Amino acid sequence: MYSSKTLNNFTNPKNYGKLKNPDGVGKVGNVVCGDVMYLYIKLDKDKKKIKDIGFETFGCVAAIATSSEITELAKGKTLKQASNIKKDDIVKSLGGLPPVKIHCSILAVDALAEAIYDYSKKNNQPISADLEKKHERIDQEKKIIECKYKDWTDAQSVH
Amino acid sequence: MKTNNKIYLDYAATTPVDSKVAKAMEPYLTEKFGNTASLHSFGIEAKEVLEKSRKIISDTIKAKASEIIFTSSATESNNLALKGLAMAYPNKKHIIVSSVEHDCVLTSASWLESQGYKLTLLKVDEYGMVKPKDVENAITKDTLLVSVMHANNEVGTIQPITEIGKICKKHDVLFHTDAAQSFGKLAIDVNRMNIDLLTASSHKMYGPKGVAILYIRTGVKIKPILHGGGHENVLRSSTVNVPAIVGFAKAVEICNKEAKYENERLIKLRDKLIKDVLKKIPDVKLNGHPKLRLPNNINFRFKHIEGEAIIMLLDSMGIAASTGSACSSPKLQVSHVLLSCGIPAEEAHGSLRISLGRWTTDDDIKILLDKLPKVVSKLRELSPFK
Repeated sequence: MYSSKTLNNFTNPKNYGKLKNPDGVGKVGNVVCGDVMYLYIKLDKDKKKIKDIGFETFGCVAAIATSSEITELAKGKTLKQASNIKKDDIVKSLGGLPPVKIHCSILAVDALAEAIYDYSKKNNQPISADLEKKHERIDQEKKIIECKYKDWTDAQSVH
Repeated sequence: MKTNNKIYLDYAATTPVDSKVAKAMEPYLTEKFGNTASLHSFGIEAKEVLEKSRKIISDTIKAKASEIIFTSSATESNNLALKGLAMAYPNKKHIIVSSVEHDCVLTSASWLESQGYKLTLLKVDEYGMVKPKDVENAITKDTLLVSVMHANNEVGTIQPITEIGKICKKHDVLFHTDAAQSFGKLAIDVNRMNIDLLTASSHKMYGPKGVAILYIRTGVKIKPILHGGGHENVLRSSTVNVPAIVGFAKAVEICNKEAKYENERLIKLRDKLIKDVLKKIPDVKLNGHPKLRLPNNINFRFKHIEGEAIIMLLDSMGIAASTGSACSSPKLQVSHVLLSCGIPAEEAHGSLRISLGRWTTDDDIKILLDKLPKVVSKLRELSPFK
């Protein structure tokens, strides 16, 4: 089911843990849904490159493995380069993910985007139209997901 | 069962075939290969052992041999029970099932609902138990069937089926129970319990996969869903799977002999594991009933971590168990059983089912008790929630 690299990332995750005084924090996912990622970034002196990065994830093997992988891919990159990391880059780098788990790689990309957005917003940095759009979509999705299991519970009590 | 030093604690998913069972099956795969429908000596030999096996199984649940038909799986038996009754009694259009049934009962029931039936899903309490009073309240003049499982596959809770059977009898409603998890562990008497139809499966009790039974009380009408050569009293056409049935009967004989001692042994291990985990690990709760549960079932939920991750980390240490987490299911849905118990989805994701069996040793439990706290604390270290 999982590639050996995914399993290895899961059992030996890199860059886990909260960063002290991060420049940006991205929080995505929903606990009701079963996966939540917090991604912390710290920039270098020139505020150009990601000097340090950390994650905290509540979730399955794929959620933890993709969290670890994106921190590896983003470390040392400029914010612009990091913004260009796609879900397919993570999936490819992991040697594939089961189809039902692809959403975990999207979650990881979203977490990084949110961390960059958070930094940019707080520091009055220009935010690309792309990033702004992404942020709006993530915000929107958070609201939808929250309703998923509420619907189920309500359906049960109808009978 | 130890294979390559791995510890298997997922007996509720499936069990290994007992070597005595495999030995009993062997001749029926090779030299005694006849078709039960053949008239010659090969056929007669197959037919004889089929009927002998049927008798062993029917005696175990205090039924008549003629009331047992063999099917390929508990899923097939449950489909046949629900759909077969619906077709045989077209004038009754209401069925009642519990909300913690196995998917094969729930989806058969909701398929009937899509065909115009009224479906009542019985709620359960925090332990996953149906209240007999709710069954009685749900019954109407139009009710055809009540289907409530004997014991739950996920949380192990044993349902009050004797009371439910009594209520069904009083109101002249048919009562089906899915005993896939309990058969071979708990005593079943279809007469005393007023059971009209019962499902049991071989591979949950050290028999081979691919064989199960449906008990149908004499006088209860049922229509087949498989049409063909008219096997199994025209209720289930298909060439009879003699070797698997022989294995099933042998597995039943062994369980009949060993169940009492085995249950006592497993209950001791189960209760020790529950007590120690609740003591050793913070933020953990037991799912299912504390006492009225299968001797081999343990189900916890750990806060702030996710079940698939628990399973896979345990697996990396050589321990096999199971979870009701959404991430572990192909449909990405969290266990309907845990949700029905009123457990919030975020907690249900952190569930772990450990099911013991014939080859579970004291040492296995010791090793689990050593590894599990490490797994939980490692995942909690990764989690944003502490």
